[in-house]
Amino acid sequence: MKIPFEHIQAAHCENGVTVSLLRNIGVQKITEPLAFGIGSGLFFTYIPLLKVNKGPAFAFRTMPGLIFKRTCRALGITVRRKKFRRKGKAQAYLNECLDAGRAVGCQVGVYYLPYFPKEYRFHFNAHNLIVYGKDNGRYLVSDPIMENPTSMSDYELERVRFARGVLSPRGQLYYPVAGKPITDDLICRGIKNGITRNIRDMLHIPGPIAGVSGIRYTGRRIKKWRDSLGLKKAGLYLAQLVRMQEEIGTGGGGFRYIYAAFLQEAYGYYPDDVLMKISLSFTRSGDLWRTAAVQAAGIYKGRLGSQADFDQVGDYLLEIADLEQQSFAALSKIIWKV
Amino acid sequence: MKKEEVPQDPGSLGKVTKEVCYATDESGKYTTELSQGWEVKTGALDVAWQDIAERVAAAREKVSRREASPLLYFMELKLMDVGVLAGYTGFWKWQVRRHLRPGVFRRLSERKLRRYAEVFDVSVSDLNSLDTHEDPL
Repeated sequence: MKIPFEHIQAAHCENGVTVSLLRNIGVQKITEPLAFGIGSGLFFTYIPLLKVNKGPAFAFRTMPGLIFKRTCRALGITVRRKKFRRKGKAQAYLNECLDAGRAVGCQVGVYYLPYFPKEYRFHFNAHNLIVYGKDNGRYLVSDPIMENPTSMSDYELERVRFARGVLSPRGQLYYPVAGKPITDDLICRGIKNGITRNIRDMLHIPGPIAGVSGIRYTGRRIKKWRDSLGLKKAGLYLAQLVRMQEEIGTGGGGFRYIYAAFLQEAYGYYPDDVLMKISLSFTRSGDLWRTAAVQAAGIYKGRLGSQADFDQVGDYLLEIADLEQQSFAALSKIIWKV
Repeated sequence: MKKEEVPQDPGSLGKVTKEVCYATDESGKYTTELSQGWEVKTGALDVAWQDIAERVAAAREKVSRREASPLLYFMELKLMDVGVLAGYTGFWKWQVRRHLRPGVFRRLSERKLRRYAEVFDVSVSDLNSLDTHEDPL
């Protein structure tokens, strides 16, 4: 069985899965930036106590799964989501969906993904891909990160669907069910709610670790890393920061660029000049993240290493925090008439 | 970032696929551009793998000094921590921690060893000889 399905490559897996699955049920208007913005994808958090691969844990986006959920909800589309205890049942249900002509999104771990280069295989369990059919005993897979669709055997797919560790997917699969027709009005309201929610996430979460205050906190911490951790470990921590920021497809604080693209597209639905203006400042903020990454690279590659170099990275982050705070404050001034 | 500035440095991902980047065109409008990779990213990844290689070597040392059971070596080699290993084997975390002690490991039953061997993709005898059948990192 093979469901007619158009593979779309995207900058980020969850955006890509959202866009592809929506296209598959006839929603053509949602592009990757729109999905990211309506789903309020932009975020920052640093959780000092949580360790990922023995380094600090950063996130540049919201919790996995939320972008899809929020975008669908904004458009009045129902989402079916299912987790499984038994591997057999998980596969049976997947086959049922495919028989019914439905492409489904799956949460998977990347460690055992056969088509990924070895260098990228970590125990990271929040990757998303789409299964859209079975041919010659192999599942047809559309991974939004890849340029072309691929395929996986039963065993390979089962292994990644039942990856273990933090955020283990437990065979989770999900698909949208078409609802009302999607009007521009609906998208416009989605944009408004998405931006409002993003303002809340970035500016108004109490405590020092989330949103712009999280960026500031990280900036201040980085300045202390050289003394508190030693040069080698501090370098490892910075490399971790850059890796989280530059995860595949989001190169250069790429989420900031996607958000800037979102604001431009939002302007098409709601012509308010503030959107265009703030789009520019998100481009600037993405550029700054890149500059910070280049400086950090100098440290972990051993080219730089003085306290002044660490201060420089920290200062870039403080500058970014100020810039993003201003941007979201400006966005919150928009008076929406929808 | 402007479209022309999208980095095109050869990296490990570039061999398999190119990634989508959002960048602006001449008129300032956002569009997508494919990127081969970025040297800064590749560098960060290299640092992470170097650290892993060092940890694997340290684990191997520890095992040969009998300060830890061979499980530690395989755990580091497969980038796992106790939680992940417990998840894949079905043991409790405290059991895995106990099995990391050489004395306890030596008395493990064949069945339990098989569970570990399966997760690490090796045979039971490889578990003791630290043979991975893989190219060194």
